[in-house]
Amino acid sequence: MGGFLSFVKKETLHIVRDRRTMMIALLMPVVQILLFGFALSTEINNIDFAVTSPNRTEAVRRQVERIAANPYFTFKGYIAPNEIDNALRSGRADAVAVFADDYDRQTAATERGEPAEKAVQLIFDASNPNNAAAGAGYMQSILLAGRQTGAAAPETRLLYNPQMKSAYNFVPGIMGLIFILICAMLTSVSIVREEETGTMEVLLVSPVRPIRIIFAKMIPYFLLSCLNLVSILLLARFVLGMPMSGSLAGLVGISLLYLMLALALGLLISTLANNQVTAMLISGMLLMLPIIMLSGMVFPIENMPGILQGVSCIIPARWYIEAVRKLMIEGVPFADVLREVLILAAMTAVLIGVALRKFNDKLE
Amino acid sequence: MNNDPIISVRELSKRFGSFVAVDRITFDVARGEIFGFLGANGAGKTTAMRMLCGLSYPTSGSGTVAGFDVMRQGEQIKRRIGYMSQRFSLYDDLTVLENIRLYGGIYGLTRREILRRAVTLLDRLQFRREADTLVGSLPLGWKQKLAFSVATLHRPEVVFLDEPTGGVDPVTRRQFWELIYEAAAEGTTVFVTTHYMDEAEYCSRVSIMVDGQVRALGAPAELKRQFAAGSMDEVFRTLARGAKRTE
Repeated sequence: MGGFLSFVKKETLHIVRDRRTMMIALLMPVVQILLFGFALSTEINNIDFAVTSPNRTEAVRRQVERIAANPYFTFKGYIAPNEIDNALRSGRADAVAVFADDYDRQTAATERGEPAEKAVQLIFDASNPNNAAAGAGYMQSILLAGRQTGAAAPETRLLYNPQMKSAYNFVPGIMGLIFILICAMLTSVSIVREEETGTMEVLLVSPVRPIRIIFAKMIPYFLLSCLNLVSILLLARFVLGMPMSGSLAGLVGISLLYLMLALALGLLISTLANNQVTAMLISGMLLMLPIIMLSGMVFPIENMPGILQGVSCIIPARWYIEAVRKLMIEGVPFADVLREVLILAAMTAVLIGVALRKFNDKLE
Repeated sequence: MNNDPIISVRELSKRFGSFVAVDRITFDVARGEIFGFLGANGAGKTTAMRMLCGLSYPTSGSGTVAGFDVMRQGEQIKRRIGYMSQRFSLYDDLTVLENIRLYGGIYGLTRREILRRAVTLLDRLQFRREADTLVGSLPLGWKQKLAFSVATLHRPEVVFLDEPTGGVDPVTRRQFWELIYEAAAEGTTVFVTTHYMDEAEYCSRVSIMVDGQVRALGAPAELKRQFAAGSMDEVFRTLARGAKRTE
């Protein structure tokens, strides 16, 4: 047992001495959370719009003010009809709302249920189709709400994330990525480094069993990841204001399971790689890319073609992210993520088995 | 004192597929000897040594180290041997003392015992002022001497040295061999592979491997007589000329 503790201490010293790596490992999650939380977002913000209206009646001005008051839109002023094309091309405006010259009469007619011409035309710069579509949707709903047509207008309610904050969606994804990065990549690199420098051989000649050497290596990375888990959860709750209405114990539990899976992956990679660069490349290509592309972190799985949906099923991060999303945002009880937990547990068991076998093969 | 040989090997072989790395080698090493294990690169020295250290299972044959079977009792053997590889085997990012503590801990020494031996070791090497220096910043010769002392910290019955003086200047090599003599005088058997034929002269007995087989075995003086050679270097050249394997 004394030998084992000496090892854990030694591994911890390696990490602490390597300041740069440690800072990256500790700060990366914080920076990513803050970046995705505040700087990067998939929401459409700051749409510059201009208005063309021959008669600026009271009703038109009221509508324009309503749009301008919305945080998504910035009012850039009234322009003449012949300036529309130029304003869009030059980028002075992303959208132009054109009010008909008989806007008041037309809306009054619609309200009485009489047939009428279109009273407002929305012109959007669709060089970015997503932005244009989303912006047009926003503006339409603002204009419609401003007319209070009563019963015919549908009422939409957005559950779990009523403000549609995209950060809510990213936090689970970042967790899925960070833990794999720290546990799998750093562990595999540190095992391969010892094989490269020759110290591994000396350890193997010692009476300490090889598997203990490996476990001792994993413990500090496991603790480092736990530290990250705490910092991510605190940031998510108190800085991003995520609801965290689900079972916190469940969230921590499934995260620990995921950490073990990542450690097993790291061991497996170390048995496949002969040097640190290879270990890094395998971790990067085989783990990070699929997680970013196929786990549902960025692109919705439901939109993928069937084959990719199938591939995404074997990516552990997919199940972890799904479970975390449910627990953090929807606030479901732990029982509702049982399926994900079972899948992750099965994957962990298989990975540990394969990794240990490969590791023993490599020793001989 | 026990007069059984500390290492005893009979017809030991190791095959990798159709390649016979070690071909039925047989020899004994007596307690307290400095045994030189010579051979060109690729002759099978390292593979043979790995089998004796319990790092690799023999394909056939038998052998004992410190009275334990290399086939079945690798664990017991590992407790009783020390090992220093041709590549530098300490951790550059740990201090001298931390390295000593780590290896002491691995071999199950108590904290107090580790500290006591560490002081003796550092005094002997005149390293006391460097106890808290990172090993990475020491010159290579110092590192090698430190690595040897750490490999014998737990007072093993045999210490295996795999080309310990590679890349070290002649003065440091000489100092390194003084450490080896001291260890041998204290009763530790030294099993050493080397490329330097002048070092072979320092050994009590040597074996020379060619193409996986032991082709010569005996004290340096005997071998020189047997091959009618003026130096170990000549003996080695005579044998190596017949080698089929190249690197």
